[in-house]
Amino acid sequence: MRTILVIARKEIQEGLRNRWVLATTLLLATLALTLTFLGSAPTGNVGASALDVVVVSLSSLSVFLVPLIALLISHDAIVGEAERGTLLLLLSYPLARWQVIVGKFVGHLAILAFATLVGYGAAALALAATGGSGLAAGWPAFARLIGSSVLLGAVFVAIGYLVSVLAGERGTAGGIAVGVWLVFVLVYDTALLGLLVADQGRTVTAGLLDALLLLNPTDAYRLVNLGGGAGAISGMGGMAEVASLGAPALLAALLLWTVLPLAAAMLVFSRREA
Amino acid sequence: MTHRIEINAVSKSFGAVQAVRDVSFSLAEGEIVALVGHNGAGKTTLIKLMLGLIRPTSGTVRVLGGDPAADPTVRARLGYLPENVSFNPALTGRETLSFYAALKRAPSRQVAELLDRVGLSAAADRRVRTYSKGMRQRLGLAQALIGAPQVLLLDEPTTGLDPALRRDFYGFLDELRAGGATILLSSHALSELEGRADHIVIMGQGVKIADGTLDALRGIARLPTRIRVRLAEGEKRRLDGGAGWRPVNGHMLEIDAAPEEKVALLRAAVGAEIADLDVTPPTLDELYAHFQDRQREAGR
Repeated sequence: MRTILVIARKEIQEGLRNRWVLATTLLLATLALTLTFLGSAPTGNVGASALDVVVVSLSSLSVFLVPLIALLISHDAIVGEAERGTLLLLLSYPLARWQVIVGKFVGHLAILAFATLVGYGAAALALAATGGSGLAAGWPAFARLIGSSVLLGAVFVAIGYLVSVLAGERGTAGGIAVGVWLVFVLVYDTALLGLLVADQGRTVTAGLLDALLLLNPTDAYRLVNLGGGAGAISGMGGMAEVASLGAPALLAALLLWTVLPLAAAMLVFSRREA
Repeated sequence: MTHRIEINAVSKSFGAVQAVRDVSFSLAEGEIVALVGHNGAGKTTLIKLMLGLIRPTSGTVRVLGGDPAADPTVRARLGYLPENVSFNPALTGRETLSFYAALKRAPSRQVAELLDRVGLSAAADRRVRTYSKGMRQRLGLAQALIGAPQVLLLDEPTTGLDPALRRDFYGFLDELRAGGATILLSSHALSELEGRADHIVIMGQGVKIADGTLDALRGIARLPTRIRVRLAEGEKRRLDGGAGWRPVNGHMLEIDAAPEEKVALLRAAVGAEIADLDVTPPTLDELYAHFQDRQREAGR
């Protein structure tokens, strides 16, 4: 356990030193604040809570941004150290390889959680300070947004490690990471939409659609945030009604999407000869 | 004498490439052993096997009584300096060393002590990015010394060190050996190892081609000792006791003496009127070249 914390602490220390923490937090805060004030202007008094609107806009933003940031910091974790020559020395210390992966995961997730909490928290506080309407009702949805964004980050950090232990070179890892991002964030949904349109509801049943949505962690994340009260004002509302997935199933899917790639990364790394 | 490291009939293949073939040797307590060989001879592979970073295809590796690949705790009593050591450039020397000390569960006061010992105290709070190659190498050495290891594995440790630092470095090694540490040095800089290594293992193309003390290897190789004399003014240009003397640069004569004729030739030289006398035993470089050639011929 101590070994894991020592490695996690070093990742955080490096993140602070090379300004990753600062850059990510500022990026998320800037975008969140912009969306909050642009997004709340058109709602006026239509009854939707200002915070609900923010949750919808922020979750649409997070679906693109959080996986990208997570992959950026994680795809280099192992292959980068191997190429810089620091991995060999690290592995000569009295530690198991899975501890290296878990330690880095804890460190990277802490960076991501801090950036999300501070970045999005700043937006919520700014909204509270300017006195939006119906704020109290929106807090649970906002807390869910932050929690699930961190979980989405965890999914892509874990996938990034798997890429990092499989790739032989940093460039390859970077390329695969971009591919993973494109597939999960853009291609998958476009293809799914195309399939639904072409199929006209003949073979794709509600059950199959549920399964297809769970196969993409970003869809599970969307449903977590857009299924509730916020669903009514988002484009996902209709989809969320068709999909009969409850919050526990969605969260379980996201957890599984974290644990499986992480376990695979540990297994591959332990078997690898360095 | 207890063996700290035992390598027994070890072979290691990477796919079709056989990096190490049927190698056996052992390292005793308080010994400095030089692992010598050209690039690709299998030196680094052997060190990685001793660290447990890779597993032997066949044979056994035992380090401090345990299997380093199965039991990482063995590595707590091991120090390793990789070839071309590198560190995260964004952290300071002190932060880097603190990280490694924490991983080895060594008391944190060791960090300052070790920085002082390798002469990095003044630069401890500068980022590693600003360090020269020699400073990085010293930081690497400090890192290997964390936790007073019983076995030190040093891969090309003196590359990038200037002559003064090299002398300091070998000074450390003598201190550590006096404390009972076993030290394995892999090196190309053979001339440096003379008089420092108790025991030399020569590797060639994945096979151990010689193993013993420098004197024992000289005995096996039967390489000639070079005797060179400068004659006093007026002495006639010949010496007794062998026709093999050849003139060099006008005033000097030189002969390559086989081990059994060495003493007779020296007597003859001292008997004549000479101004100066030089005796050069075969260097480690020559021994290494000799064993390599023999290996190459055997391979044909």
